[in-house]
Amino acid sequence: MIPPVAIEIAVLVLGLVVLMFETFAQQLDKRVVGLVTIVGLIAIFAATFFLAPPPAAMTGPLWNFYAADTIGLVFKRFMIITTIFVLLMMADYAPSVRALVGGATSESGLGEFFTLPIFTCAGLMYLVSAIDLVMIFVSLELVTISFYVLISLTRRNPITLEAGVKYLVLSAMSTGFIVYGITWIFGVTGQTNLQRIATALAASSADQSAALFGVLLVIVGLGFKIAAVPFQIWVPDVYQGAPTPVTAFLSVGSKAAGFVVLLRILQPFLVLPNIGRLLIFIALLTLIYGNLAALPQTNFKRLLGYSSIAHAGYLLVGVACFDGPAVTFYLFAYLLMTLLSFAVLVIVAQQTGERIEDFDGLAERSPFLAFAMLMAMASLAGVPLTAGFFGKFLIFMAAIAQRQTALIVAGAIGVACGFYYYLKIVRAMYWQPAANAERIPVSGLSRLAMTILIIGIVWLGVYPSTVLNALKSKDRPVMLSAGEQTLNR
Amino acid sequence: MSLLILILPLLGALLIMLGAPARKTALFVAVAALLSTLVAFSQFRGNGGFEFVSTYSIAPDLHLSFTLGLDGLSLLLVLLATIVTVAAVWFAGPIERNERAFYICLLLISAGTIGAFASLDLFFFYAFHELALIPTFLLIGIWGSGNRSAAAWKITIYLGLGSFILLIGLIMLYQSLPVDSRTFDMREIRNLAAQISPEAQRRIFLVLLIGFGSLISLFPFHSWAPEAYASAPAPAAMLHAGVLKKFGLYGLLRLALPVLPAGLQYWTNLLVILLLGNIIYIGLVTITQKRLDWMLGYSSVMHMGYIFLGIATASVLGTTGAAALMFAHGLSIALLFAIAGEVRKRTGTLIFEDLGGLAKVMPVAGLAFGFGAFAAIGLPGLANFAAEIMVFFGSVQKGWETGRFHLFQWATVLALWGVVISSVYMLRAYRSSFMGTMPERWKDVVDLRRSLRVPLVLLISTLLWFGFFPQTLIRVISPAFRTTLAVPPAP
Repeated sequence: MIPPVAIEIAVLVLGLVVLMFETFAQQLDKRVVGLVTIVGLIAIFAATFFLAPPPAAMTGPLWNFYAADTIGLVFKRFMIITTIFVLLMMADYAPSVRALVGGATSESGLGEFFTLPIFTCAGLMYLVSAIDLVMIFVSLELVTISFYVLISLTRRNPITLEAGVKYLVLSAMSTGFIVYGITWIFGVTGQTNLQRIATALAASSADQSAALFGVLLVIVGLGFKIAAVPFQIWVPDVYQGAPTPVTAFLSVGSKAAGFVVLLRILQPFLVLPNIGRLLIFIALLTLIYGNLAALPQTNFKRLLGYSSIAHAGYLLVGVACFDGPAVTFYLFAYLLMTLLSFAVLVIVAQQTGERIEDFDGLAERSPFLAFAMLMAMASLAGVPLTAGFFGKFLIFMAAIAQRQTALIVAGAIGVACGFYYYLKIVRAMYWQPAANAERIPVSGLSRLAMTILIIGIVWLGVYPSTVLNALKSKDRPVMLSAGEQTLNR
Repeated sequence: MSLLILILPLLGALLIMLGAPARKTALFVAVAALLSTLVAFSQFRGNGGFEFVSTYSIAPDLHLSFTLGLDGLSLLLVLLATIVTVAAVWFAGPIERNERAFYICLLLISAGTIGAFASLDLFFFYAFHELALIPTFLLIGIWGSGNRSAAAWKITIYLGLGSFILLIGLIMLYQSLPVDSRTFDMREIRNLAAQISPEAQRRIFLVLLIGFGSLISLFPFHSWAPEAYASAPAPAAMLHAGVLKKFGLYGLLRLALPVLPAGLQYWTNLLVILLLGNIIYIGLVTITQKRLDWMLGYSSVMHMGYIFLGIATASVLGTTGAAALMFAHGLSIALLFAIAGEVRKRTGTLIFEDLGGLAKVMPVAGLAFGFGAFAAIGLPGLANFAAEIMVFFGSVQKGWETGRFHLFQWATVLALWGVVISSVYMLRAYRSSFMGTMPERWKDVVDLRRSLRVPLVLLISTLLWFGFFPQTLIRVISPAFRTTLAVPPAP
């Protein structure tokens, strides 16, 4: 049996080993590094199924800031899966990196490109297990700093540089908000551990308005990470400018971790007045803005950026209704469909381009890629029997149970818009004639990866229990059940 | 058995995707599905309950399972779906562009409708209907004619939004059940119906009426329908107008009537006024149409009004008539769209002014169109007549029972005038396209090829059979309504 803490350590060690290996293997085709990493991560993923149960008491220095609970474990697997698929995409993206890094040799930059995601993955895994504000801050920094490098890696591309600077500035600012919020919370409660904060806040002597201000600052900071309106301004530019696999990583991994942290942080503060109303307001804005702004987009990566804001809106509906399982399921569905659409985009964009009209006639040039994209778009739009639909179903079930009429109406508007902007891609692929009839080659590995994602989308759409059962915890009640009680009171 | 009927078209779509010859496979699975439905029909006992039930658990926490089963109503609609699928696939003919995808889309629509009618579980009932959404978008967008792009967007966004509203209604229904007995199983929901408070029933019924109503093209949510049907390739229009649109009506009969009686009672007057909008207003709009495809599209919207009238009565007679009319209308509108599609293929136009006298060169098509038009008008001897008469009797009876000069009696009188309206536009269409003098340029137009007579005979003979022997139909349907419309057991 493997102790729970060993998983993150294994990922870190893997990262260091690969980094050393890569430094001394100058002549190697660096895609091999990526493949080695993938194999290592698959082994670690398999190891997560043989973890020893955490100690019953969970006391001691480690367990003050680290929780080995079900939700953490589920999301650690989530992060490993995401990283594996991102690395696969990076292997397809290698030619663009070679062209745009401009180092001494043709392989410079590729080594970092394949190793940095491992450290990001470790950061994300620590983040979903963190139950202490300091730990949350430190792992958030690990994630963000590796993203600074990854986003601006293809530095010969001016758009990429712009994206890198924007992400750097805004991310630093949002981190500032989080730290400032943490100091306020510490000032009110004298604690950084989330559970002890809950106890301290429940005491009548706690200064509630100061605590509310603190948590508000933290929500602002996290709002940047999950791309919630009004903190979404960086999203379209950074998504468009970053190397496509990095955009996918940012869109799935960073967002999922942000939501887990948001759920964990919010739990102790639910006793405060107005938190629920504030979340509903943010969810409403995010839903409407994300969906309406996606309508006129002509660049596919930008469109996916706005769509990621829109999905943050749906997820925030789940958060505002305090339904942890629904949010988790939605994130898994979002992982599958977003990674699938980015995987197709990476291949198509290197042949033609990133605009929507570059997808014209894809059905003739590569029926497989067109079908994969069709499935991704159907799932993102929320067509039944796909994972995306079941996610929306669970989210709106929670919203209807809580009679959140405004959220439901905004959701209806969002769904109608979604049909338009996602099917725009389908229209380009199937209706429009191709500019040239040359076939687009797809490597066997990418084909396998996409097939797995397609099967996953259909499987979760028909048999959602796979994820829902994994959430049923033996050790602790599923998160935010306390919140539900608070809200129903 | 019900699983087999559902799997066949899905299997066909999968095989075509993997490289089987498109048209042959599609035709084979369509005929096989029709034959298995006929076998189910002959084994059907018809004692009012669900038969051929099979269940697979999906999400036990939510009491969600994949359950298939057929009672009289759903069996009839599955029969309609399989008949029209055979006809649609047969009429599809050679497709120039991307033949595989075309047949895959057709089979997916077919599987979606069969699945929706055969599911006993709210979730899959909804999900299977939505399965048809993207194939419809592609069929109209890729192989459509006229203003196909606008039509495809309109139908997809309209129906996407409509079904989202429907989904909200269904979740509201689920959550109005007592917490410990929440279930997605329609049979159990019916047994729990008495525990839903009248206020909740009213609220849910209104949401369901808007949701289902936009799928059925209830006035004023109808504007997507004529345009989409006019632009769609004939097989898609046949399946959509003939079968898929019946989903909403089926939903009202299956859910709203037995589970939400208080809701229906509260909103009856609104429903009657809206359905008169379908019959009278859309009827008059239909008369003014100048193109055959638009005329057929509007007429199919108009005829929904009669079915709504039967549903609004909430009596065994009226609903049996409504169900029979769904079946008959599905066959007749499929027949009409099929012929219109063949005419368009040969002449390239469906504007009345350009057509005329086509019966001289296309006698078989002319005859078939005549049957379809007469059936749509409701001439005795064809299935629509028997069904409409039941709807009218049911409606008058309902009016009589509630009060001497009740809204229902006025509605019946106006609906009977609607029959006059529909004979005006149908006969005018028939005259201006198949009768009269033929423009010189159509003298080389050829009649339907010989093999196409098979689906025509299939459609027409079914219309005639149930026109002369309506009791064969009613015997299957009405036990289902006797059980569903009976007063639900007290808690």
